[in-house]
Amino acid sequence: MANFQTVEVNSDVLILGGGMAACGAAVEAAYWAKKNNLKVVLVDKAAMDRSGAVAMGLSAINQYVGVKDGQNTIHNYVDYVRNDLMGITREDLVANIARHVDSSVHLFEKWGLPIWKDEKGAYVHEGRWQLMINGESYKVIVSEAAKNAIGAENVYERVFIVDPLVEGDRCVGAVGFSTRENKFYVFKAKAVIAAMGGAVHVFKPRSAGEGLGRSWYPPFNSGASAYFTIKAGAEMTCQEVRFIPVRFKDAYGPVGAWFLLFKSRATNGQGENYMETRKSELENWKPYGQVKPVPANLRNWLMMLDVKDGKGPILMRTEEAIANLSKAVPDEKERKKKLRELESEAWEDFLDMTISQAILWAAQNIAPEEKPSEIAACEPYFIGSHSGASGAWVSGPEDIAPKEYFWGYANMCTVKGLFAAGDASGASSHKFSSGSHAEGRICAKAAVKYAVENPTMPNIDNAKIEALRTTILAPVDMFEQFKKASSDPDINPNYMKPKMFMFRLQKIMDEYAGGVSTAFTTSKPLLERGLELLAFLKEDSTKLAAESLHELMRCWENVHRMWQAEAHIRTILFREETRWPGYYFRADFPAMKDDWKVFANCKWDPKTGNWEMMKRNILSIY
Amino acid sequence: MPSYVIPDKCDGCKALDKTACQHICPNDLMVLNKDLMKAYNRAPEMCWECYSCVKICPTQAIEVRGYADFVPMGASVTPLRSSDSIMWTVKFRNGTLKRFKFPIRTTPEGTAVPNGGFNEGKGDLKSHELYTEPESCGMANIPPVK
Ligand SMILES: Cc1cc2nc3c(=O)[nH]c(=O)nc-3n(C[C@H](O)[C@H](O)[C@H](O)COP(=O)(O)OP(=O)(O)OC[C@H]3O[C@@H](n4cnc5c(N)ncnc54)[C@H](O)[C@@H]3O)c2cc1C
Ligand code: SF4
Ligand code: SF4
Repeated sequence: MANFQTVEVNSDVLILGGGMAACGAAVEAAYWAKKNNLKVVLVDKAAMDRSGAVAMGLSAINQYVGVKDGQNTIHNYVDYVRNDLMGITREDLVANIARHVDSSVHLFEKWGLPIWKDEKGAYVHEGRWQLMINGESYKVIVSEAAKNAIGAENVYERVFIVDPLVEGDRCVGAVGFSTRENKFYVFKAKAVIAAMGGAVHVFKPRSAGEGLGRSWYPPFNSGASAYFTIKAGAEMTCQEVRFIPVRFKDAYGPVGAWFLLFKSRATNGQGENYMETRKSELENWKPYGQVKPVPANLRNWLMMLDVKDGKGPILMRTEEAIANLSKAVPDEKERKKKLRELESEAWEDFLDMTISQAILWAAQNIAPEEKPSEIAACEPYFIGSHSGASGAWVSGPEDIAPKEYFWGYANMCTVKGLFAAGDASGASSHKFSSGSHAEGRICAKAAVKYAVENPTMPNIDNAKIEALRTTILAPVDMFEQFKKASSDPDINPNYMKPKMFMFRLQKIMDEYAGGVSTAFTTSKPLLERGLELLAFLKEDSTKLAAESLHELMRCWENVHRMWQAEAHIRTILFREETRWPGYYFRADFPAMKDDWKVFANCKWDPKTGNWEMMKRNILSIY
Repeated sequence: MPSYVIPDKCDGCKALDKTACQHICPNDLMVLNKDLMKAYNRAPEMCWECYSCVKICPTQAIEVRGYADFVPMGASVTPLRSSDSIMWTVKFRNGTLKRFKFPIRTTPEGTAVPNGGFNEGKGDLKSHELYTEPESCGMANIPPVK
């Protein structure tokens, strides 16, 4: 058997992940833990300074409610999120994040994040809820505060978390391995916070060569949160609510600044604005089709209808937007200055968060003032913190949540001692970077409270840990055992390498679960066939082989993706309607139905291995 | 190719126990070839072009060549990051050059204090006020939900 040292790390509160939510959790947990003599440990598969979705930086803070300036109320934000998600939203969770998010933003500013200010010293808004930032070092700054709070000695970087440790009805830790040395890690804790981001590469991306890694969502978040919470036996929600962003074509550069800040339009190849020409289609999605702003998935949908009719390419009319902005400044000298500023703002938007888009524009000699640029729908991703909603079903806060939504501790899953934040918690979309941080803080305070009130650790059965160790390291043994059976380490009759495993998963999802190649359309027979093929893949996951620690990580990333995929297919199948046509379309149930105005939840039973599907009521707090 | 290493410039981080690029890559792609003492990207098709390795390399040995499957050749985007700002040089396929400089932080590196200078709050584990609230909300109380 693989020669790995077992390392045991004990703590009271264990934070899994090192992204926005985990950094918020670290700052908060450190404070309450110190008061209560508890120990906090954080584990990240990468280096916290540049891990997760914010690794490259961001050019905007997408959630700022601005309550102190009287700009908006919490209620306004809840209305916005509910409508954008076609009514499927946990208002209690969204409201809880919204009341703490401004505080996170104010902390970012104090820590050193440059937020744009106008002449009067007020924040510059990109849109109603978005603030413009110079965000190249956003993640560096936020992780610095987190590390300063819990101490570098309590941070484990380059440790990949695979599975939860569950004892009875309680989650009591996690196991994983180092991607740098032959070490198997056992983290035992009273309370565990899952904050390992969302998932990409579950679906086939549009570029399959060198550009395979250029998905909108970072290739290094691979469904660990979903896998971890599902495997712990937690109830999951909104597993059907994937996100398909519309971005500049191929490099997936952001469009927010162009639409919101520069007031640009998008048109089809014939110059028609699909938001106008297809307006009547919005009637079919009432009442959400009627609200302003039009929900993201419906904007996608109108564009997709044009694409289906062969009316592409879809163009962001940058030249028109710049002409309009410059017309508004009659003085020539002032105008030149304005245009220079605009140019710098437009390029910074790419350079802060999608550098590939800057390369692509430069490589195509694009001058945005002269020519429009192509935009397109990306492939589907799982990112419950953005405009998707997938994640664990968690308890609301005691003072706001309806009874049905409250079970003891804010953001606790249906498994005791297991908490979820950011992309890991569901039905609370539009938290973005700042809201994920705030939710991490909410989660951490509740987790500390749980650890204080549940101080006795259950005994963890060693045999269980040994069994996990054997399973997790199996790909290493598999390679050693069979490597001599062929002269090419990648092609072997006994095993499969993680890369081809990933391609097999992506092909199934793309063709049967409504990926790019079927224009995001699927149906019962297609989904059922997809599940059959997924079952073979699941069996073959025991035949994964790893030649190195890096490959061992790739093996488990793809098993994580596979579980996310299964939860997704099962839930799309369960929901017999089409509710988010611009995210996926059920060809056999093409309309929205009133009796499906419910949460579609699912749960995998660790004892029987069976999936259970259930509906949960939508309760308003207003 | 996405990120690539210029052999003449890479000194293997002077044989320190971990190289800067290997330390930082969020996708665990950069590795050191110990025989040559040169780093390389082991799976360019899994690269996000996030530039974390490019920005951190002490000898500016790492550059990015746009994804060959959809990016025409000849352009480059090169950062130079200091402790408070970043300077970008964008070279177009047709030779046009553009330079941009942006601030990246307003405080000295390493000085982010967890409480941000705000009062810690009432310290009541049972209330729904978080650490530094309500002061960090900028209000006397945390924002009301209704
Ligand atoms: C391209 C893009 C652009 C965006 N633009 C904006 C914007 O302009 N403004 C805005 O406010 N928000 C934006 N967002 C949203 C924002 O980035 C996310 O909402 C936020 O990062 C979610 O936080 P998180 O902690 O859940 O996940 P992340 O920040 O992604 O963190 C996930 C963490 O988990 C770790 N991890 C993953 N798997 C494992 C494992 N198996 N073991 C251990 N650790 C693991 C990762 O290394 C990482 O540290 C954008 C997102 C994307 C993808
Ligand atoms: S950081 Fe630069 S010098 Fe150091 S190993 Fe990597 S490429 Fe070479
Ligand atoms: S650009 Fe980013 S993903 Fe690519 S090798 Fe460098 S650090 Fe890794």
